[in-house]
Amino acid sequence: MKTADFKVISHRQIADHIFQLILTGEEAANMTEPGQFVHVQIPGKTAPLLRRPLSIADAEPAAKQCTLIYRAEGPGTKQLAAAGEGDVVNLLGPLGNGFTSAPEQDGKAVLIGGGIGVPPLYYLAKRFAASGIALDIYLGFRTKGEVFLQKAFADLGQTTITTEDGSFGEKGYVTDQIKALRGNETFYACGPRPMLRAVQEAAESKAYLSLEERMACGVGACLSCVCESARSVNSPYVKICSDGPVFNSAEVKI
Amino acid sequence: MTDLTVNLPGMAMDNPVMTASGCFGFGKEYSQFYDLNTLGAITVKAVTAEPRSGNPPPRTAETNSGMLNAIGLQNPGMNKAVAADLPFLEDYDLPVLVNVAGNQQDDYVNVVDHLSRQAKLSAFELNISCPNVSCGGLQFGSDPESAYKLTKAVKNTTEHPIYVKLSPNVTDITEIARAVEEGGADGLSMINTVLGMKIDLQSSRPLLGNERGGLSGPAIKPIAVRMIYDVSQAVSIPIIGMGGVASADDVIELMLAGASAVAVGTANFADPYACPRIIGDLPARMHELGWKSAQDLTGRSWNHCKSPLSTLR
Repeated sequence: MKTADFKVISHRQIADHIFQLILTGEEAANMTEPGQFVHVQIPGKTAPLLRRPLSIADAEPAAKQCTLIYRAEGPGTKQLAAAGEGDVVNLLGPLGNGFTSAPEQDGKAVLIGGGIGVPPLYYLAKRFAASGIALDIYLGFRTKGEVFLQKAFADLGQTTITTEDGSFGEKGYVTDQIKALRGNETFYACGPRPMLRAVQEAAESKAYLSLEERMACGVGACLSCVCESARSVNSPYVKICSDGPVFNSAEVKI
Repeated sequence: MTDLTVNLPGMAMDNPVMTASGCFGFGKEYSQFYDLNTLGAITVKAVTAEPRSGNPPPRTAETNSGMLNAIGLQNPGMNKAVAADLPFLEDYDLPVLVNVAGNQQDDYVNVVDHLSRQAKLSAFELNISCPNVSCGGLQFGSDPESAYKLTKAVKNTTEHPIYVKLSPNVTDITEIARAVEEGGADGLSMINTVLGMKIDLQSSRPLLGNERGGLSGPAIKPIAVRMIYDVSQAVSIPIIGMGGVASADDVIELMLAGASAVAVGTANFADPYACPRIIGDLPARMHELGWKSAQDLTGRSWNHCKSPLSTLR
């Protein structure tokens, strides 16, 4: 594990407040597991103190490229949004444990993403599609202007978009769409906590959830980004950065 | 040739840079990045008698030039620390400072007694300054009388040197420092985090699960420098300085203020290579400034001709 400089190949806004950053660097060769993340040092003269954990939206390990998609929300990510082609961005990673379990044989993978939780599911969808696994994809956004990657996902599987205000796709929450699902599906989800809770209830044990929390070190040393453990054998908490960020739904209380 | 060695009670260090408690776990995570033997010494996460679950998340919040944390001493307890965490460091040849916390005096005595007999370590650091737990911790750090009694009780328990970690959240830090020196402390660690808070504008509530948290990072370095400057002139035991150290210049500054060694905390989070980078930068920076030995730096801001310089400037 190490920190490494990456060079910006392209950086553009793809929806309201949402940016797609494509980087190249030697360490991208190790970004082989969908669901992992990188800890990004914000470039600039007066950078914020801490790195920003961003999920890996896509990677081409052989081509030493990776794609990060993030929301420019706070001062750090807004400063990152100013990085231009050729600029250098330092990444720590890939970190954590991603989506490592495939659906049971003949089973379908149901991918559920909410807002800025959508990006890591794209790398997973590509991986599953390449292995011939059937995909049902549900992506939820607040409003039409914030929808992204819908075409890219639609190329990989049956894709349903929801918006809270009904301005694009189905009106309502992405979780409304999965209530009817029962059977041999395995759920893979990343998004806000209420969404993950709904997936946890709907899917019982066959679900893998990617969690987010405020992080400092990103490598399991500082114990900042914890989540209550549902198994509680050794510690009442699991570490999202190094035990996760992807957990079997039965492992965590969210 | 720059001499980086420093000698503190129980800790003969190859260089004056060590890790700060709570910012480095028990070393395992950062051993993935570099050889821990590069460090002058390592301070491990606080150990308590019983396992502690810590505070509910969110546990951290970034601030301008710093961060708040309210971890709440999450640790596996002394039995598991001895069985599973501390043995990892036995493979390394460097001093290990074990941070100890508790609710009451007997807790500290029990943990120190147990670890003295069961674990391989160089010295203890008594955490009487954690701002993030409801009882114990800071109460000892803000009352000279209980700080004195605690230090004395622990000293009677172990042969290992005792460092007492002081809180900046007091009216007169020199008073506490004198009390623990009187109680028999072999050294001081200072400063712990500065009590602070952040309000979440969306919820209009304190952001941290514990509401209050400890501020660390470059924002608190001037506070550390001032307090080390004051305390080093009030006591005659060595000080491990800490508070926002992120560069070789910061190490030199804290030593000039009066520290004999310097610990790096929050900087590890931003740059996992912070410690080896600082250690690597130190000789050239000292040379530029005309220093040949790290030991000469200590207290030089207030004691210009304490003893003949080992080197000519």
